[in-house]
Amino acid sequence: MSAIRPDYSRPLDFKGGRVEMSHGAGGRAMAQLINELFAKAFDNPYLAQGNDGALLPPASGRLVMSTDSHVVSPLFFAGGDIGCLSVHGTINDVAMMGAAPLYLSAAFILEEGFRLSELKRIVESMARAAKDAGVFIVTGDTKVVEKGKGDGVFITTTAVGVIRDGITLSGDLAQAGDKILLSGSIGDHGMAVLSQRENMTFDAPITSDTAALHTLVAAMLDSGAKLRVLRDPTRGGLATTLNEIAKQSGAGMMLQESSIRVNGPVDAACEFLGLDPLYVANEGKLVAICAPEDADRLLEVMRAHPLGRESAVIGEVREDAHGFVQMITRLGGRRIVDWLAGEQLPRIC
Amino acid sequence: MKYVDEFRDGELAKHIAARIAHEASPLKTYRLMEFCGGHTHAISRYGLSDLLPDNVRLIHGPGCPVCVLPTGRVDQAIRLARMPGVILCTYADTMRVPASGKLTLMRAKAEGADVRMIYSTQDVLKIARDNPQREVVFFAIGFETTTPPTAVAVKQAAAEGLKNFSILCNHVLTPAAMHAILEGGVALDGFIGPAHVSTIIGSQPYEVFATEYGQPVVIAGFEPLDVMQAILLLIRQINDRRAEVENEFTRAVTREGNLKAQALVDEVFEVRDAFEWRGLGSVPHSALKLREEFAGYDAEQRFGIEYVAVPDHKGCECAAILRGEKRPQQCRIFGTVCTPENPVGSCMVSSEGACAAHYSYGRFREDAK
Repeated sequence: MSAIRPDYSRPLDFKGGRVEMSHGAGGRAMAQLINELFAKAFDNPYLAQGNDGALLPPASGRLVMSTDSHVVSPLFFAGGDIGCLSVHGTINDVAMMGAAPLYLSAAFILEEGFRLSELKRIVESMARAAKDAGVFIVTGDTKVVEKGKGDGVFITTTAVGVIRDGITLSGDLAQAGDKILLSGSIGDHGMAVLSQRENMTFDAPITSDTAALHTLVAAMLDSGAKLRVLRDPTRGGLATTLNEIAKQSGAGMMLQESSIRVNGPVDAACEFLGLDPLYVANEGKLVAICAPEDADRLLEVMRAHPLGRESAVIGEVREDAHGFVQMITRLGGRRIVDWLAGEQLPRIC
Repeated sequence: MKYVDEFRDGELAKHIAARIAHEASPLKTYRLMEFCGGHTHAISRYGLSDLLPDNVRLIHGPGCPVCVLPTGRVDQAIRLARMPGVILCTYADTMRVPASGKLTLMRAKAEGADVRMIYSTQDVLKIARDNPQREVVFFAIGFETTTPPTAVAVKQAAAEGLKNFSILCNHVLTPAAMHAILEGGVALDGFIGPAHVSTIIGSQPYEVFATEYGQPVVIAGFEPLDVMQAILLLIRQINDRRAEVENEFTRAVTREGNLKAQALVDEVFEVRDAFEWRGLGSVPHSALKLREEFAGYDAEQRFGIEYVAVPDHKGCECAAILRGEKRPQQCRIFGTVCTPENPVGSCMVSSEGACAAHYSYGRFREDAK
């Protein structure tokens, strides 16, 4: 006669197991997945409340909130994976507002048949990224879609941060004469992901730059420099970000191509595939626009931070009724750095 | 980046620009056609016209593979892609070329056709091997540069007995198009000759343009310094009243070209009697088709789809632009109805197209006026 053990179920098989429809059905299997994976990895008192929502303490300042869905393919790439990317990306969006990120939510859409071992790697990577950033993942959701209707895993994260008084950053604040600063090389993330696609037959020593930028932002804000705009040039790359700012601010820009850093392997891979690094995604870089008199001071602070060592002034804002972002090329000619037309790279962040 | 940065050196460019300014006679106008879209792109991307005197005018030529593809050819590809069981493989830019009925291959894909973007003809063979129950068609386009890889794929398919592979052949020939342009009567003083095409065919096929038409030709690489140097060499020929074929791109081009590639292409393809180009109309002996021996791989025959000519959009000046008769900004719909997001004409599609290059890189010049 079997001795029934109350509340016992066999632990999840993180070696050979796969996601099943029942893992999203709201029953025991889902509870088990949440307990044995998500709750364990993200462990914090807000998540542990176990209610429909997380009850959070009062915040000391204005709140900033931002959300981002992540659908990267492949899920694992040199320098990161969809897990840490989904944490960094959303933290950065909040940080670009000048806010200190505090909490994250995480919603997973899992495809039936997805390996639990890979899911575990991804979740643990998220947990590590959140811990390193000092941010709690306080609430979440899991859904499972039938095999063939997803692409392994999609992750949507939402971040909440708090912004201290006196800070106002916005894309419409750039003024003629302001300096444009960039925190490092461009194109690393996009090319790291692209070069690892199955149908790419070359190996390039390129590592994603995925990183949480809020400590760099904090140092920049503490410098007292008159910052007007912060933006992370993710999808669409540096060119798209600058065009967005130019449009919002009703101004033009003039860049110097020679001051925009592109790492050798990224440059070579772009050349090979006919891509322009100006349009390739970054996940650990920021663009800052500040008053001209403060540019040197800001640059010094940025270079003193590990994520801003290669910062440079790349150009300036100027009056232009057309809002053109232009660039002096390394040959000495002039060109427009236009909006991205169509899509350069599908699904990279 | 080695072997690239050397040809993008700003200091050297200044030096050549100074020579050009010094040697170009203010009494003359130098009308130079860069045949290739690769050159058009380099000129716009690096802002080279800022380094040239006003009387050195660059006229964009038709050497952009997707630009010269007439609408009817894209229609054919879309008809194929919509056939049940067909996987249509294509190089990327081709996906966005406007076809009849506001369609593109991209839209056909969104509506359910299986259209796949590939980087190499080897990808097509792999797709065919992996999908034996499907018909895999390669939309083969391009000038002499892209023809040898297609020839390799056809030969490989024949050797492997790969029955579900075929090609929709639209490979075209550069010298024939240059003839058509010169016969069309556009006033030109010289050609910046093709880079990659010439690595295959060599410099010899251009000699007729120097001897018969009195046109200086300088074959040049696709890097900005190559283009600057070619312009300087052309100005010298014009000043000296010489008409020769000079080769600036000696690091890759010989007089004979790539004989192995030529033999391969000759084994698989033969010249068509005539082929319709966008802009140039029907040009005799200007394109290739599969030889009888390989006719089984011809998608037009296998699926019985005939080419039907379709007139261009009324407002679109692509034809005149491809002939070098008009500049993009002289087209009424440039930058208004026709933009890179919603191209009406093929020249607005590829970054090598004259309209797309001017729109994306150089339109501040008009707006400044």
